Amino acid sequence: MSRSALRWSLGLVLLGLVLVFVPVNLTDYGLPYPGLKRYGTYIMTLWLVTAVAAMGVNLIVGYSGQETLAQAAFLGIGAYTTALLTKAGIPFGLAFAASGLLAFVVGILLGIPALRVQKHYLAFVTLAFAVMAWLVFRNEQWLTGGVMGLSGIKRPVVFGINTRPFLTFYWFVLAVTAILTFCMWWMLRSPWGRAFTALRENPVRAESLGIDVRLYKLLTFAIGSAYGGFAGALYAPLVEFIDPSPFALSQSFLYLLMVVVGGAGSFLGPFVGAAIAVLLPEWLRFTETYYLLIYAFLVMLLMAFCPGGIVALVLRLKAALLPKAGKVQP
Amino acid sequence: MQFSKLAVAATAAAIVLGSPAFAQNSVLLPVIIELSGGGATVGNNWKNGVELAAAEVNAAGGILGKKVEIPAVDTQTNPGVARAAIQRALDDKPVAILGPIYSGSVKASMQLTADAEVPQIMGGEAGDLTAQGSKYIFRTSFGQNISMPKLANYLRDGEKAKSVAVVFVNNDFGKGGRDAIIKELNSRNIKVAADLSTEAGQADFAADVIKLKSANADAIFIYLNEEESARFLREAKKQGLNKPMIGETTLLGQKVIDLAGDAANGVKGHVGLTVDAPIPAVQEFGRKFQAKYNYKPDHNGLKGYISVYMVKAAAEKAGKLDPKAIAAALHGMTITPDKVPGILMEASWDNTGEIDRISFLAEVKDGKQVITQTLPKLKN
Amino acid sequence: MAEILQLVIAGLATGAIYALAAIGFTLLWQTSQTINFAQGEFVMLPAFFALVAMNWFGWPFWLSCLVAILVSVLLLGMVFKVIVVDPMLKQGVLPLVISTIALGLLLREGAKDFYSAEAQPFPYIFPDRQVSVLGVQLSLSQIGVLLIALAVIAALQLFLSRTRTGRQMQATAQNPTVARILGVPVERMILYTFIINAALAAMASLLISPIYLAKFSNGEHLGLAAFVAAIVGGFNQVRGAIAGGLLVGVIDNLAAAYVSTGYRQSVPLILLVLFILFRPQGLLGRREERAV
Repeated sequence: MSRSALRWSLGLVLLGLVLVFVPVNLTDYGLPYPGLKRYGTYIMTLWLVTAVAAMGVNLIVGYSGQETLAQAAFLGIGAYTTALLTKAGIPFGLAFAASGLLAFVVGILLGIPALRVQKHYLAFVTLAFAVMAWLVFRNEQWLTGGVMGLSGIKRPVVFGINTRPFLTFYWFVLAVTAILTFCMWWMLRSPWGRAFTALRENPVRAESLGIDVRLYKLLTFAIGSAYGGFAGALYAPLVEFIDPSPFALSQSFLYLLMVVVGGAGSFLGPFVGAAIAVLLPEWLRFTETYYLLIYAFLVMLLMAFCPGGIVALVLRLKAALLPKAGKVQP
Repeated sequence: MQFSKLAVAATAAAIVLGSPAFAQNSVLLPVIIELSGGGATVGNNWKNGVELAAAEVNAAGGILGKKVEIPAVDTQTNPGVARAAIQRALDDKPVAILGPIYSGSVKASMQLTADAEVPQIMGGEAGDLTAQGSKYIFRTSFGQNISMPKLANYLRDGEKAKSVAVVFVNNDFGKGGRDAIIKELNSRNIKVAADLSTEAGQADFAADVIKLKSANADAIFIYLNEEESARFLREAKKQGLNKPMIGETTLLGQKVIDLAGDAANGVKGHVGLTVDAPIPAVQEFGRKFQAKYNYKPDHNGLKGYISVYMVKAAAEKAGKLDPKAIAAALHGMTITPDKVPGILMEASWDNTGEIDRISFLAEVKDGKQVITQTLPKLKN
Repeated sequence: MAEILQLVIAGLATGAIYALAAIGFTLLWQTSQTINFAQGEFVMLPAFFALVAMNWFGWPFWLSCLVAILVSVLLLGMVFKVIVVDPMLKQGVLPLVISTIALGLLLREGAKDFYSAEAQPFPYIFPDRQVSVLGVQLSLSQIGVLLIALAVIAALQLFLSRTRTGRQMQATAQNPTVARILGVPVERMILYTFIINAALAAMASLLISPIYLAKFSNGEHLGLAAFVAAIVGGFNQVRGAIAGGLLVGVIDNLAAAYVSTGYRQSVPLILLVLFILFRPQGLLGRREERAV
């Protein structure tokens, strides 16, 4: 094993351990760390769910250079699908798969006509779709519970383990997120995934190399949307109650914002972006109502000076401070 | 390399997230309330009402000798956020939760307070909130199951209306009210000339008003939230819709009058709670509130104020600051102003958390709400 | 019949306001490839400038309106271009889009935190009386709004087609490179479009706020309406934006009355999608003029 690969796997194991033990109270084991309570763990879980949805946006925006303004709507599709199916007694695993599949199919149906026309029109079509999906969630009370929402969504039993306790559910979501992250990583490293990057860098050249640009764009859009569906399938049992508001258009804007802030086209970008959108407000509670104001202001600064997002900013700072370290970046 | 740094950052994040906040020797009453979004007006009224009461209670020695703490959290008028906020508040072992007001937010969160066995004193008016079997939910104002029959009586006897057009807002509050009033109108043989749904946050009521003009009912029953009520009344005046406009507490509230201007004149209806009530203690509350916050409170200011005194009275009856005992004490309790002046008007709670109290018929004249009649308590 | 007529007139009145917002949207896109996702907030905010002038400084209503327009031109026109758009142009389209989304958030939260989270009453410019035309009761205020909006639009059209500066602006909009070769001061023309956009947004704000009440969240609906109007009308034509705005206003009202209130918002959006699929050049647009 080469030194850098060793360092990578060590880092990965360390990160995994930290994420697994973050919410656990370690004082019983003689360590001065109290863990997280119910709410802190809830927020960590929400961060993971948000990151899954953001990964999908990153695939669409960062890797294939398109724009989506409907990720919250796909989250909604996944959340309502899972909620309705599990309430009907169908096992969570099936509901989870159905949520992703439905989002994928809707993504294809939306993408086929939209990609026929010019670049920004996919963004416009997704915007219209986001509003319409939200109207359906609101108005079809017989199905979605309308504005009253759906409550009593059960957390799944996995391999005989009930994930109802907040810590168990966190670990469950962590495991699912890890699998989905691995899938995304594998997909981007495969020859198929490398074509995405080629496509983003130079569509004309990619086309001349025999890559069907439209098919790739369509598939990336649908897969990215499916990640939204998966995130929704996790969101419903996390909150145990869903109503239309988290799936509104303004939320879709926030997903796009967080991916670009984290770093569109960088693998860690969505996690950083989701952390800033979900974890940071908890830290910055003292800023109270001004949080979004400050956030918006910082986003504008970031876009003006470092449109690559925070990941790019960190890399740039590092390159400036440690000229040598910059070279070994993977 | 990158990952290990991330790990360090994640650990730091975790340590900050898990910090306890509140001292144990106080009475913790988290205020989980609408401070932004569609419910901003009602939520701020409630919050200020709570603050006023808490300041008085603390000045008089607190509850059972302990000071009241009232940290406020904004639900953004969003049921999911309200639910998360209550979950967070319950981690700190509160004595009771005060809020929210929007029935949808209450419904999304009431299971949590029931599981944690902490009383939730809220402002929701949807009829079914008290029918869910929670032993920990308490109203501060009438549910629609009580206010709508009173209103239907008024439409029949006061307005002598043979047909009524109903305009409601398509949310938990509006739908609940619409179902209740239509049931009451049908049982009194009053025709429903139009049944118009509008959206929460709707900005433009031109189409709705035009439809109502052609419906030609004897009276129009308006059941919208504050801002929408004002927009509707302004549009109605602009378009010359000259029919009696009848509503429930909200429509005659101060905020609607402020926003609608002279378009609110002539509006009539039933009012569960109002600072204009012909009761000296209530009017005195209105003056104190106005002096401190520089605006005239609506019924939600009263509801918030009363909620603190409900906890105080129940805790003193139970003799301890135990959430479960306080909830048990409130069931079947009648609080009278001669014992607890802060309750302002005699009020009783039954075993489901439903409230009973006197109420009023009112009318808006020259930009002011004027009480025309006082209706007695249902049970004495 | 009277009902439909009233609905159409009410729709034209709000549609004319949408058109004001849509024109600016189109102008910005043409001259600087700026898709302004903060356009709705640009219409929401000027009413608050007027409220500040009235309530904090005690100035009369007409003066406050004038101040609102001037402050808008300064902040939402010039400052917006120099501080937000100019530094971003070299970064490409996506960062600029994100930046305007963030700006929208900033303005919305700013109005909420520094003025109020609650709706504010805003005076009518016209008396809210009714006139009877051919036996149909019409609102004087609606007719007034319609007339003002149409007058502003007509003045703009005259300016664009009859004055030298106006024609230079049109040249810039159609092809900046060629315009530059022909000696048009392109940079200055672009600045003018930002100023005109801000002024139109301010007009729209003063006309819509008496109906909507001034509230920080108004931009969400207005932005969407302007956006749909601009695309339906054809993204590259001022006339298109006007037609788009009026169409969206009328359709919205008819949908509210005859389809369902729950889905009224979806009708203009369905229209948007249909246009994108079957007539992407818009109602009055011409195919070859489209940039990108």
